[in-house]
Parts: sequence; C-alpha cells; structure tokens
Amino acid sequence: MSLKMQTERIEHTLIVRLQGELDHHTAEKVKSHLEEQIAMNTFTHMLINLNELTFMDSSGLGVLIGRYKQIMERGGQMVVSDVHPSIYRIFEMSGLFKIISVHPSESEALASLEVVS
Amino acid sequence: MNNFMKLQFAAVSNNESFARVAVAAFVAQLDPTVEELTDIKTVVSEAVTNAIIHGYEGNPEGVVTVSASIINHTLHLNIEDSGLGIADVEEARQPLYTSKPEMERSGMGFTIMENFMDEITVHSGVGLGTRIQMIKQISNDLTQMN
Repeated sequence: MSLKMQTERIEHTLIVRLQGELDHHTAEKVKSHLEEQIAMNTFTHMLINLNELTFMDSSGLGVLIGRYKQIMERGGQMVVSDVHPSIYRIFEMSGLFKIISVHPSESEALASLEVVS
Repeated sequence: MNNFMKLQFAAVSNNESFARVAVAAFVAQLDPTVEELTDIKTVVSEAVTNAIIHGYEGNPEGVVTVSASIINHTLHLNIEDSGLGIADVEEARQPLYTSKPEMERSGMGFTIMENFMDEITVHSGVGLGTRIQMIKQISNDLTQMN
C-alpha cells in the first residue's frame, strides 16, 4: 500500500500523476515533494491526474487544498482529472468542486489551462 | 451468520492502510459491493487517522483498537484510543472543523464517516480517549449468490 508520483512539465503547467493510495501516511510525501517543486517556481498551473489513485481519504483533501492555496497565491490555477467515483463523492461532500475544476481526462484538463495561460 | 474480530496496533501512520485492508478482508465474507467496501475502508482510515493524530498526537506508544462484528448482515465497527479525548464532540463533528489546520487537516473526517455509514456514535472524555461506533448494513442481493 504505497503511493507513487510522477511529474511532467508542459509549458506553464506541472502535471502530477498519482498512483496508489493517498492517506495521512502517504500525504506527507506528496506534500513535501510538491512544495519543493512549487518553491522552484518554474511553472504557473498544476494539473493533478488521479487516474491511478485507487484510494483517498480526507488527508488527501488536505494536501490538495494546501497546494491549491499555494498555486492561487502565485496567480495560477489548479485542475484535477480522471477522478474515480469513490473519490468523486469525497470531493462532492467537501465542496472541493467549487474551487477546483475537474476534467474527465488529462488532455482536457491541460487544454482548459492553456486557454487561461 | 454472526462473526467477530478484534485488532490492536501501534498508533503509527503505517498502520492506517493495514487497518483498512484488514477490516475490508473481514467484511468480504458478506459479499459487499465495491462501493460499500470502499466506504468502509475510508471510514476506518478516517477514524484510525484521528486516533493517531489527535488522540495520541503522533506518540507511537499509543495503542489503537479496532473491532468489528457482523450481526445479520450488518457491520458494527468500533475504533478506540486511550488518548487525549475530545473536549467538544459536537464541534469536532462540524464539517470543515479541525483543531490542527497547520497540519493541513481538511476537517472532513467525521462528515465522511457520517455520510458513508448508517449510524455513528462518538464517546469521548478528556484524558480518557475516544471510541467511535459505526453501523452499516451490507446489501444482501441474493441474485449475486452462486
């Protein structure tokens, strides 16, 4: 039960692909890795692809909201793609959709950011 | 069919996935749907994480107890710690409330537990610990049986 993370930079966007399970234990690793990337200040927007994320609880919400705030502070946008139904319900419950837009695929999410950058 | 299990483990974050997988494996005998199983894994993760972060404030010597009973296709789940306890349970159960915003807690743990389970009761006393009791009926679709 672990979490793997892959990042790719396209234009002004950092794409983060999460694979595995995002809970309190693995959230720490995701937080510190993404904070390092944000501190390097080489991109504006963040796209988080959850296609291979099989589990997420409220600790995962905390990490996403924390990064959302950092990206907003620099005038960027954060979008999410490929959300599994079980994770979608947690997003709905927390009102996350009001602040972070969700797209069915990574390419659509990326296209939505290219329009604003 | 009635059945029972009980687990005790150290209050360390490595055990969050252990606890939810163990409970899911126990519940599997009821042939739950994928959605029911995910709901149960999520609430176990929430309650165990609360015990580790809030009950014991990261002290690995703390012990978390998870017990589960199956009574007539209904799961009764208990998650307990002997940690600090919650001074105001009503406040703690409010959506988005967290006592640890600096740790990026979303404050959604109890809301998720309330939504994913049929019933939840929280017993807590300052200095005594916290016991969360949750109940969920598992669908019993006879057409799924062989």
